[in-house]
Amino acid sequence: MYENDSTDEKSWITPFNVVAGLIVVIGLVITILRFTGGLATVTNLSDYNPWGIWIGFDLLVGVALAAGGYVTSAAVYIFGMKRYHSAVRPAILTGFLGYALVVLALHYDVGRPWRLPYPFIVQQGTTSVLFEVAACVALYLAVLFIEFSPAAMEWLGIKRARNLVDKLTLLLTILGVVLSTMHQSSLGALFLIAPSKLHPLWYSPFLPIYFFITSIIAGLSMVILESTLSYRYLKHKMDEVYLKEKNDVTLGFGKAASFVLAGYFIIKFFGLSSGNDWRYLGTGYGIWYLVELFGFVALPCVLYAVGVREKNLVLIKWTSVLAVLGIVVNRFNVCLIAFNWHLPSSERYVPHWLEIGISIFIVTLGILAFRFIVTRMPILYTHTDYKDSH
Amino acid sequence: MDNVFYTLHDFFFHTESITYLLIVPVLVGITLFWKFLAEKEDE
Amino acid sequence: MSISRRKFLGWVGAAGLSTVWSGPASAATTKHFEGYPDSLGVLFDNLLCIGCRTCEEACNKVNELPPPEQSFKDLSVLDQKRRTTAKTYTIVNRYNSSKGPMFRKIQCNHCLEPACASACFVSAFKKTKEGAVTYDASVCVGCRYCMIACPFEIPAYEYDKVLEPRIMKCTMCYPRVIKGLLPGCVEICPTEALSFGKRKDLIRMARDRIHRYPDRYVDHIYGEHEMGGTNWLYLSGVPYTEVDMREDLGVTPASELTAGALSSVPMIVGLWPVLLTGIYAINKRSDKIAKHERELAVDQAEKAASEEAAKSKAKEDS
Ligand code: SF4
Ligand code: SF4
Ligand code: SF4
Repeated sequence: MYENDSTDEKSWITPFNVVAGLIVVIGLVITILRFTGGLATVTNLSDYNPWGIWIGFDLLVGVALAAGGYVTSAAVYIFGMKRYHSAVRPAILTGFLGYALVVLALHYDVGRPWRLPYPFIVQQGTTSVLFEVAACVALYLAVLFIEFSPAAMEWLGIKRARNLVDKLTLLLTILGVVLSTMHQSSLGALFLIAPSKLHPLWYSPFLPIYFFITSIIAGLSMVILESTLSYRYLKHKMDEVYLKEKNDVTLGFGKAASFVLAGYFIIKFFGLSSGNDWRYLGTGYGIWYLVELFGFVALPCVLYAVGVREKNLVLIKWTSVLAVLGIVVNRFNVCLIAFNWHLPSSERYVPHWLEIGISIFIVTLGILAFRFIVTRMPILYTHTDYKDSH
Repeated sequence: MDNVFYTLHDFFFHTESITYLLIVPVLVGITLFWKFLAEKEDE
Repeated sequence: MSISRRKFLGWVGAAGLSTVWSGPASAATTKHFEGYPDSLGVLFDNLLCIGCRTCEEACNKVNELPPPEQSFKDLSVLDQKRRTTAKTYTIVNRYNSSKGPMFRKIQCNHCLEPACASACFVSAFKKTKEGAVTYDASVCVGCRYCMIACPFEIPAYEYDKVLEPRIMKCTMCYPRVIKGLLPGCVEICPTEALSFGKRKDLIRMARDRIHRYPDRYVDHIYGEHEMGGTNWLYLSGVPYTEVDMREDLGVTPASELTAGALSSVPMIVGLWPVLLTGIYAINKRSDKIAKHERELAVDQAEKAASEEAAKSKAKEDS
């Protein structure tokens, strides 16, 4: 089971490890700065711009990209697409790590992180959309942890508990979808309270629906992307089932992503027309909006479709990169670029490089944790003891 | 119990708080109800 | 009334359920709320303001804020476009309007339906019956969503504090007001550009001034309806946009903006499990049927094969 140790020994100092190590060291230094000097020393946040990339990227993008967990488990366990079964575990793992890192990132962003449990245990601000987000994220992190735990328990050989959790699969999956629907959409609803600050092209009463639908796109695309990267770097950890189903997953998820993108494109247009925002399209923001809509929604939709029809796996994989970028663009637009558009440029927010440093640090932690777990636990292969349990 | 609300915010606070409290028993209840419904069929 | 944590916790359990049915006010969401009937407020009249900055100084003093970067005597800062910060609850800016220099005092407007209170996930803000919107730093997590939410861009944050950063904003001098004192800025104002009183009286007073001097004042009391109305009100001699006050905020109270999204939560909780379990059951059933058909087919094939075999055997035998 530990045959990779030999390879580890002879090539411990790989370029990847060196870069990752360097990022971690720098990240730790910035962490010390953040917690000894306060937010002002490492961020460009201001009274006009209370949220920067730690919210825009780490929270909004992070949660969206971690949607693969609920999307995949719903597809397999609820919609009965059993042929994608081998994609569930990696997706759940990515989701779990994603949410764990989101919560970690929030500790950097909020002023008094040790009070993060306050909304639950001290005083409940039930009118706040953020309260709902916090409650769902906390609960869903727990659900993902339980969903992920069988892999760890198989690795550790804890059979009884593992089988118990296995029985709960359907319940956990449904709970996961319920919680995800709520908080993925609520991340968009956070901005409903600020119509005077968000550019009308992005402000819409449909924001929660947009965020929810894009989370599905993000989840599907991330599964494709993640399986591509795993194949590239962790192929030796995959069993035949995974390898056999892998292309199926790419085609199937690409197809789904294409269709969901089409639906998203349509509702974006309905949103535009119901808000009567056409006149903004000619402005600078309008052009940027069209770039987002055509470059990061319509284009991946078409490319996925072509890829699926022609069974062009390479095209689908590259399209997943574009679709994921599209999510980043969309979240940045809502939270940072089109937010506070009314302010003069001198008051606008540009991230401090130390903020970017922390975001890179956190992503790196995620990749390292993923690698650590995948090289040890039965994620990309089925544990020998449970070969026919599915 | 004081039931006069002077602001919409207080009103929402009241209703939302109750909603959140109801969600927990609702989720447990619907799960048990499904068990009750489907029990006889499976294995 | 104010809803406290104790009350929230008091709802836990069976007692909570009874309030659902007993609350007459919760009968309809279309109900209109007028705010606390005798809440207090301040009226700022920019035709009377001379831009002396003494209100800034008084505010600094009564709230024990850190000393300013530039002395309150220095009037040159008036031309900078300043905003409220963690060290200043109120500031006065000068604008070159169509009627010459015009001043504007900025501080928390103490909204009737405060966006900050609606946004805070620990309920750190309270709309008091006196009108002030107060903030409780002892529960604040520092998420700064209140700053995102406030349409008037008032709350500021102590970004430079490591251990106990707070949101900072005007309190309408709540501690003074409940003692029967005037807010610091109102008390010091040498020209009565600031008047303190019951909100409804202030509105009457403002209307009266507009009525008496129709060509001096713009026919609009800022804060009467903006974002659902505010306890701090304004009168102006020039259109409000000329003194950088937004007229495009609308009249919808902040809590209404998110109400729709929040109300979909129980719908998701109620219906998603039903829908998803339904889909699961349908799939499971069609799986079962498929399996059954497969078995049937296998059975038949086997039967046919054995019959065939029997036939051929019989043929052989004969
Ligand atoms: S002006 Fe802003 S900070 Fe003041 S009560 Fe209204 S929403 Fe809250
Ligand atoms: S920063 Fe504090 S007061 Fe503002 S919303 Fe967050 S917890 Fe509430
Ligand atoms: S009411 Fe009090 S806190 Fe508010 S601006 Fe005036 S002096 Fe400052």
